[in-house]
Amino acid sequence: MEHLSLSHFLVVGGLLFCFGLMTVLTRRNAVAMLMGIELILNGANVNLVAFNHYVAGGLSGQIFALFVIVLAAAEAAVGLAIILAIYQMIRTIDTANIASLRQ
Amino acid sequence: MEHALQHLGPLAVTPVGYLWLIPFFPLLGAVINTTCGWWLQRKYGKRIIHTIAVASMVCSFAVGCVAFAKMLGLPGEERFLQNTLWTVLAAGPVQVDLAFALDPLGMMMVLVVTGIGTLIHIFSVGYMAEDPAYWRFFAYLNLFIFSMLLLVMGDNFVVMFFGWEGVGLCSYLLIAFWYADPAKAAAGMKAFVVNRIGDFGFILGLFLLFWGLGGAWQETPGGKLAYQPIAAGQQVRIIADRVAADGAIPIHEESVVEVGPTFNFRQLRDQVVVQTTGVAQRLLHQKLFGFSLLAIVGILLFVGAMGKSAQLPLYVWLPDAMAGPTPVSALIHAATMVTAGVYMVARLNFIFALSPTAMGWVALIGALTALLAASIGFFQYDIKKVLAYSTVSQLGFMFIGVGVGAYWAGAYHLLTHAFFKAALFLGSGSVILACHHEQDMRKMGGLGKYMPTTQKTYLWACIAIAGFPIAGGFYSKDEILWKAFSQPHMALLGMPAAWLGPLIYLIGIITATGTAFYMFRSYYMTFTGEYRDGQGHDDAHAHGHTPKESPLSITSVLVVLASGAVLASLIGLPAAWTNQPPILEHFLEPSLPATVHFAEHPRWMEWAFQIIGVSAGAIGWLFARFLYLDGKSPVPAQLLQRWKRGWTVVYNKYYVDEIYEATVVRGSLVLARILSWIDSRLVDGVVNLAGEVTRLFANLDGAIDKYIVDGAVNLVANSTIAAGRGLRRVQTGRIQTYLYGALAGALVVVLLNFLIR
Amino acid sequence: MHTNLVVFYLLALAAVVGAAGVPMSKNIFWSAMGLLSALVGVGGLYVLLSADFLAVTQLLVYIGGVLVLIIFAVMLTSQIKEIEVSNQNVGLSSGAILFFVTGTLLSYVAIWAPWKVVLRPESHETSAAIGNGLLGTWLLPFEVASVVLLATLIGAIVVARKEIKED
Repeated sequence: MEHLSLSHFLVVGGLLFCFGLMTVLTRRNAVAMLMGIELILNGANVNLVAFNHYVAGGLSGQIFALFVIVLAAAEAAVGLAIILAIYQMIRTIDTANIASLRQ
Repeated sequence: MEHALQHLGPLAVTPVGYLWLIPFFPLLGAVINTTCGWWLQRKYGKRIIHTIAVASMVCSFAVGCVAFAKMLGLPGEERFLQNTLWTVLAAGPVQVDLAFALDPLGMMMVLVVTGIGTLIHIFSVGYMAEDPAYWRFFAYLNLFIFSMLLLVMGDNFVVMFFGWEGVGLCSYLLIAFWYADPAKAAAGMKAFVVNRIGDFGFILGLFLLFWGLGGAWQETPGGKLAYQPIAAGQQVRIIADRVAADGAIPIHEESVVEVGPTFNFRQLRDQVVVQTTGVAQRLLHQKLFGFSLLAIVGILLFVGAMGKSAQLPLYVWLPDAMAGPTPVSALIHAATMVTAGVYMVARLNFIFALSPTAMGWVALIGALTALLAASIGFFQYDIKKVLAYSTVSQLGFMFIGVGVGAYWAGAYHLLTHAFFKAALFLGSGSVILACHHEQDMRKMGGLGKYMPTTQKTYLWACIAIAGFPIAGGFYSKDEILWKAFSQPHMALLGMPAAWLGPLIYLIGIITATGTAFYMFRSYYMTFTGEYRDGQGHDDAHAHGHTPKESPLSITSVLVVLASGAVLASLIGLPAAWTNQPPILEHFLEPSLPATVHFAEHPRWMEWAFQIIGVSAGAIGWLFARFLYLDGKSPVPAQLLQRWKRGWTVVYNKYYVDEIYEATVVRGSLVLARILSWIDSRLVDGVVNLAGEVTRLFANLDGAIDKYIVDGAVNLVANSTIAAGRGLRRVQTGRIQTYLYGALAGALVVVLLNFLIR
Repeated sequence: MHTNLVVFYLLALAAVVGAAGVPMSKNIFWSAMGLLSALVGVGGLYVLLSADFLAVTQLLVYIGGVLVLIIFAVMLTSQIKEIEVSNQNVGLSSGAILFFVTGTLLSYVAIWAPWKVVLRPESHETSAAIGNGLLGTWLLPFEVASVVLLATLIGAIVVARKEIKED
């Protein structure tokens, strides 16, 4: 075992990102998609904080991550409100059925 | 006797400016009556029509007399009046002018045509008085005179041919004047078609002559003929010493004769007649397909004369031509048109005289025609038909004359015949009018006491035609037959036939007997005995009217013509009587330069032959008198019963018309039908094929346009639509798809970047 | 340090396993639980990275707020009874491929890239510094973020309200 280094954290962040991406791309449930987005954001956060700790000094990474969290929360709120509204309307949140922009 | 000229030099030409007026006046009359005639007649009556027509004739005759006077004032060798209007056609060796020329022969013809023409116009005033198409008749008459004058006065073959065709046309128009009757219209057509056949021969002869003048044919080793033209524009200088009119000092003259192909009569005459040009020698020795060129030319030209002057075998139109009004028969078929053939042969005497074969041919045909026509005339009942066959027969005599080389005699007979035949025809017209358009002699008779003037003039004309010395016919006929007998140099088919002359004489004498017979038969049947008034041979009802003498316009003309027939004897008194050449012969001498050698016979033979001629006429007269005087003799009927079969054949004109119908006419119709089939099937087939091919191409073009061109356009449109349809599927409306796309793109970029680095 | 490594691997395991469960669970509720695990793991990793304030914020906001919201939404919208219907995956194979590709790429970069690492052993609390920073250097983002939150608030209310009204 080597020292705990930046790479470890980056790998973890990357894995989180990939899982989140996979979720977004493969799930039909809108809420699951949202969950995937959260995972992506978290993966990005991990990277940010890791870099902040190992490479850059100061707090910029952490502040950045903080704002990400805030905005993620806001976006989750609005997104879920929309999903709920859609659900009220058509009683399903299967994105396959919500393709009204389809040509 | 030799009729050689002292010198045979080129003609001296006297230019005269007013010759064109002679044909112009009748043309003017014709044009006025054609364009305005119907209207004029309606507005002013018939008077103005005949005034225009007769006045134009009189003016024409007057100018002719002026020209005649001028001609008489010139010395013999210079009697060639010429008037050129303008050049119609000039192309290489061919030069055609609209030009008129009068030499003595032409002058005689012009006076005959205009003089007798005027008389017949006057006659027509009375004869056609009741016809509504009065204006048309006089228009046609004037047109005919115009064409005839062109024919006679033409300076070259082309103008003459124009007139030649014109008289053919006018004869058609006039014969078929009452065209509403199909039989009359058919007669007109027959005349025109038969004429046309003759014209074809004429043109061939003309072309051969033209080519013969312009070069020579040689037989190449391959058996073909090669034509070698002579150099153009050759000229031969003629130097002649001429004795002047006052006889003392010889006049040294230089003149130039152009040698080469030409249509001009004078140039033709000069080339052939003047020995130093060598043209005559060349033509004499020229052979074409083994026959002498001149013989072929002469025969072909004579074919034209055969058609126009109704000789064997093209005479069939003339009897049918009696369907036209009587003045037409008198003018055209007695005095003028039918004489065109004789005139033509006389005009070209120097050509014919060079070829014994042509001469023999002309004379023989003339003799046979004379005999045949006379025989048919024996038994005809229609008075006009009798006269028609008589015309054919007399034309035969004229051709005997010009055939044996007695050119002036033929022309003289033309002159006398014009007078007495016109008198006979117009007399018959007068008779027909008096009997209310009855033409069958069996229904006439005894007209002498009703129509004395007509009877007397008819009698004198019969005397003339029968050949009694007191009237003109004797002199001309006698001269012709005497010369025929004295002509040993004729040939048949290239072989000399010295016996042909006497044979023709024999035929002529027999024909003369026959002529006297049937003419007096017609006279006795018509004018003596009792008026049968419709009670003819097989008719039982009477018409109940008495004939009366015709009006003055008719009888005056008859008197003039009969007198002319008698007085014409004066200008032809034979040398045997007066020890001088006959006046007419001397007059016509400059026109007839041909040297024809007749056999010399003692003077007493000539007297003897004259007596034989008179006797022949007397025999014929007596027979007719015996059989037909007063119509009382039963002998004609008995003879008819006895020789019924022979009589039927002759009466039916030897079935010549029927033979022609079965062979030539049917053949032509069959040929026409075949050609029509060819045209409708083959020619039209080819045309239709072209049409079909065009349609096929058009369809092909359309298909190309529809499928390929439009297809390409449609292809573009359709592919755009398909592309759109395909690309539309990208817009799924699903987030995942878009994300996929974005991510895939980003990955590709990164990977590329990564890998390339 | 040895302990750090072990702790790290534990936390990383929790995070990754949880994250793996999100796309792969048939039951959406289990996905939510996976997300919970991932979030918790990430919070712990923050601590290891000396971001204490951030860790707590993560726990409070993300887990306490967002995850709860998500679970609410899950409960309200899915028919849990029909488990298969509620969590149908689409295009798993292409997603897996993509995952592997991306994952490999990122890992490769993460491991083999020559990062310029600055070693700072000490770790101190960051709350005060963050607070000062928010009202100092990063005042503008702070204010903007607050505006955004306000907009979010109003927006969410409007969207939700409409639905209620139409009922």
